[in-house]
Amino acid sequence: MSFYEEAKRRTVLVAGQVVPDAARCVQCGICSFNCPMGIDVRAHAWRGEPVVNSRCLTCGECVARCPRGVLRFERLSIFKEK
Amino acid sequence: MRYVIVGSGVAGIAAIEAIRSLDDQGEIWLIHEDPHGFYSRPGLAYYLTDEIPEEQLFPASIDWKQYRVQRLWGRVTRLYPEQSAIEGVHFRLARSIFGSKKVQEEAFRLSYDRLLLAVGSQAIPLNIPGTESQGVVKIDHLDDARRIRLLARRSRKAVVVGGGITSLELVEGLRAQGVEVHYLMRGERYWSNVLDETESRIVEHRLEEEGVILHHFTEVSEILAQKGRVVGVRLKDGQVLRCDMVAYAIGVRPRLELARQASLQTDRGILVNEYLQTSVPDIFAAGDVAQVYDPRSGKAMLDSLWGPAREQGYYAGLNMAGLKRPYLRGVPFNVTRLAGITTTLIGRIGEGRDEDTLGIVRGDSETWRDLPDALMAQSGFDVNRIRLIIGERTLLGAVVMGDQTLSFPLQRMIAEEVDIRPIRDRLLSANEKPAEVLAEYWSKLTTSTAPSLGRPVFKFSRA
Repeated sequence: MSFYEEAKRRTVLVAGQVVPDAARCVQCGICSFNCPMGIDVRAHAWRGEPVVNSRCLTCGECVARCPRGVLRFERLSIFKEK
Repeated sequence: MRYVIVGSGVAGIAAIEAIRSLDDQGEIWLIHEDPHGFYSRPGLAYYLTDEIPEEQLFPASIDWKQYRVQRLWGRVTRLYPEQSAIEGVHFRLARSIFGSKKVQEEAFRLSYDRLLLAVGSQAIPLNIPGTESQGVVKIDHLDDARRIRLLARRSRKAVVVGGGITSLELVEGLRAQGVEVHYLMRGERYWSNVLDETESRIVEHRLEEEGVILHHFTEVSEILAQKGRVVGVRLKDGQVLRCDMVAYAIGVRPRLELARQASLQTDRGILVNEYLQTSVPDIFAAGDVAQVYDPRSGKAMLDSLWGPAREQGYYAGLNMAGLKRPYLRGVPFNVTRLAGITTTLIGRIGEGRDEDTLGIVRGDSETWRDLPDALMAQSGFDVNRIRLIIGERTLLGAVVMGDQTLSFPLQRMIAEEVDIRPIRDRLLSANEKPAEVLAEYWSKLTTSTAPSLGRPVFKFSRA
């Protein structure tokens, strides 16, 4: 990976958030179990809400470990859609 | 108003959420036969593989206090629709003076204004001699998973029979516990009515890499036991295979006893209308037990999936609390891990019958076998693979193995019945990669200012 690609990747991660797809989630809790910051990711997935938590390091542990592809990184718009 | 929910699976919990979002005053009763109440049933697979400890199966975010639910551990034995009442036994764990635990039973009767039957389905028992021996297991509940782990500790060799997702969960769970696993299939390949040949082979190959021993065209005729414990199985061809455990997953059957006895209309499941109402208006049904009308096919269908169970429970709850809101059965889809490969199954993808299962299996939908005349396109290789079922105007189904990037757009394109005519020829062309064509088309769709096409995708929202 080139320097620029790596830099881009990091920028995306830092600005991004973990976003769940509630319809795929079966509440197994692998995400919460593996979160190094102890965030209850599963509770966010139940409500279908992005993990908006300042403690989230966007380390990708939950995204990678979810057996059902529920979680992904996404850059959220700060402008709400009406 | 008194709401009584029978069953503590996800449908029951979703119903409670929905009721409380509309009715702050009503009394809610939850009657659960499973002593552990609500937990993640699909998560049992990961408990078997040691990916999560048992406590993790219980979501911490469900706030029972906030919902003010009266919970009662017991079994409902009879419905009295004309009196709007149920009868059953209430279980209580009593400790004797010597410290041993015993379950005490006590009869109860409860009247209701609205009743929800969300009692789920259970494993179809094996119909061969010897199934009552110790060491024969299935997986429906947490207690089953505990039993499997306990037995696996002192077992060296296990035989798994059945098909679908659950049988693989048993295979992998037992393998993860260090047991030598023999997976017996009646036909020539794994899950032949949902997966195509390549997909079955991918899964089987991965299982073999994990050290699972596969037996095709093999059927068990008898479970052999000594002193009440499993010592082996006799196969149809007369051969004997020694083992200490037999695990089976040949399908599930909705638990219809209560509904039948109360003369509710049933078929393979409890028949419900679009408001999840049974033939008795103040009794509702949701989840595995409900057979829901599907407007796409004009037939009533069974699903054994978490997502639809939650949706149905939620809509049942809204309707029970008085908000008339029809439930539109969506395109069934499931994401699961088959032998370690994340796989998404969407829409209509297979056909016919699988010899290893009877009817529906967990994590399954009848729609997946309702394959019309459609052409297929596929791309990718080994563990990154996409299979598309292409109709005249729309995509009808898809299987995405490995890389899941395209499963989100595919899920929406199939659910919203997006017109694919502009790319149909390219998808079927031998010179193009369907994955690339799709990705390109999707980005065009999502960036264009054109209004979204077709049906809206289901979203949980507070009413």
